[in-house]
Amino acid sequence: MSRHPSGRALERPGARESKWRALERPGARELNDWITFLGRLARRRTALFGLVVVALVIVTSVAAPLLTPFDPIEQDITQRLKAPGARDAAGRLHPLGTDHLGRDLLARVIYGAQPALLVGFAAVVISGLLGMLAGLTGGYFGGWIDDVLMRLADIQLAFPFILLAIAVIGVLGASLQTIIIVIGVSSWVVYARVVRAAVFSLREREFVQAAQALGSRDGRVVLRHILPNAFTPWLVVATLDMARVIVIESALSFLGLGVQPPTPTWGGMLADGRVYISTAWWLATFPGLAILVTVLGINLFGDGLRDTLDPRLKV
Amino acid sequence: MRVYLLRRLLQSVLVLLGVSFVVFGILFLTGDPALVLLPPDASAEDVAKFRQTMGFNDPFLVQYGRFLFGALRGDFGQSVRHGEPAFDLVMERMPATFELSGAALALALCLAIPAGIVSAVRRNTVLDYVSTVVALLGQSMPTFWLGIMLILLFSVQLNLLPSSGRGDWQNLLLPAITLGLFTTARITRLTRSGMLEVLSQDYIRTARAKGVANPPVVWKHALKNAAIPIVTIVGIELGTLLGGSVITETIFAWPGVGRLSVQAIYNRDYPVVQAAVFTLSATFVLVNLVVDVLYTYLDPRIRLR
Repeated sequence: MSRHPSGRALERPGARESKWRALERPGARELNDWITFLGRLARRRTALFGLVVVALVIVTSVAAPLLTPFDPIEQDITQRLKAPGARDAAGRLHPLGTDHLGRDLLARVIYGAQPALLVGFAAVVISGLLGMLAGLTGGYFGGWIDDVLMRLADIQLAFPFILLAIAVIGVLGASLQTIIIVIGVSSWVVYARVVRAAVFSLREREFVQAAQALGSRDGRVVLRHILPNAFTPWLVVATLDMARVIVIESALSFLGLGVQPPTPTWGGMLADGRVYISTAWWLATFPGLAILVTVLGINLFGDGLRDTLDPRLKV
Repeated sequence: MRVYLLRRLLQSVLVLLGVSFVVFGILFLTGDPALVLLPPDASAEDVAKFRQTMGFNDPFLVQYGRFLFGALRGDFGQSVRHGEPAFDLVMERMPATFELSGAALALALCLAIPAGIVSAVRRNTVLDYVSTVVALLGQSMPTFWLGIMLILLFSVQLNLLPSSGRGDWQNLLLPAITLGLFTTARITRLTRSGMLEVLSQDYIRTARAKGVANPPVVWKHALKNAAIPIVTIVGIELGTLLGGSVITETIFAWPGVGRLSVQAIYNRDYPVVQAAVFTLSATFVLVNLVVDVLYTYLDPRIRLR
């Protein structure tokens, strides 16, 4: 139902579509906006650096088989715990050394990017969509729906995240899908909060009230007029949240509740490295550096995105 | 004021109810709590008998009611592994977790607030850049890696500090740095941006125009207002610290609730898991309630909302 029944008087069949379409933004202008935005983003050198780092990590993970001759799960017990720079019997170089089962560490670090990025991306999509839905609904309708959603958010935030995640994964059993769903379902609150705040202020703007007065249905107002304008803060949160999710994925793997061996994960490699810390420093050092570089790149890019799109956004 | 407090209190009770429901529900995720609690090789007879004694045949809400009343009295059942009440095990380890989280928070505040202020006052100088870069690195570094690297450097290579256990301040130092770094980074950035915002306001210019010297302007006039968001985030950060303690305690073999719960999950000792998750969450809710109440004294505008 329309919130402004008086607006119905304006409705004339046929006339509405042609008359009001002129008010909508033409596609060319949107393209221009994007180019301006990209130009402004590119001028922030740290953001650009972050983007390059992230792009490199993605390319590395996709092109993994081309980048290393070694199989990340192939064991060679004669070559165990070799220091970085060692060569095997065939003369092949282990640039980062080998682990306790003689597997090439560089290959494992490179392949380890795959589960990290996969979980990061998939979980962010799930929590982003859930949060967007909750934020739009709560922010637009307000009232008891909003109250219920915000209390659910409070409940969600009351849990120490990692502890809840490992408790649930402990019951369900660790697998790629479980991890993605558990992280995805329990990370919606930040998205809901920023979208809700944006919707609150958009709701009072003239173009939204005009659309309501013209008799647009709630669904159309939300999708056509509010969503595009609430998308910016959502995107910034999604970018920065991906960094957090990657750290959580590694933490779960570190505790043995992530993607299971023999699949190489950065967290799992760190757990191995911790066991051999007094004899093989490289085992724990390099996977951690990989996490640090990836997360730093995402954070730099996300910060730049925020400063370019909406410097007042506090996320 | 009284209405606000009452509403806030009611909210906390509601949140705790929700928390208890989720904690209870964890056991039902696979559909059958008996299979979660019993070892995988339990016979069908054992399972049926266990169901009967534990009351798993009752309606779901009856079971939840029983769990809730138990939880209110601190009764989460017996630990499967230790044969002691699960809640007692958690409470025994609570002081260790508080000690670690408290030390991490104190460390974070002592480092972050001065760093953030200096960064804002000396904006775009070398000091600002160094503090910004360190904060950024601190926010991007996974806790568990930092912990392992600190052990590698200070325990294995230099042999200066112990790598595990709880005892005097030397045992506390590495875990507190590990746990506190992320919070330090976050509060540094928050203090910097808050100070920058406040320093550009009219009343600061007025104070300077009146001839107030620089140090009192920064430390008295500006910090008072920049402190408001910091107080809120301290409550929220405590949640991060309690959650982060799970990892840090595991790395440094710190005998706290976090390590207890990780071991309980490995041992499928779910009464302990439930007691730990509930107790840590309840602590977080209570701390935030206290912070919110303190907040109304700091910022009277909040009461009017």
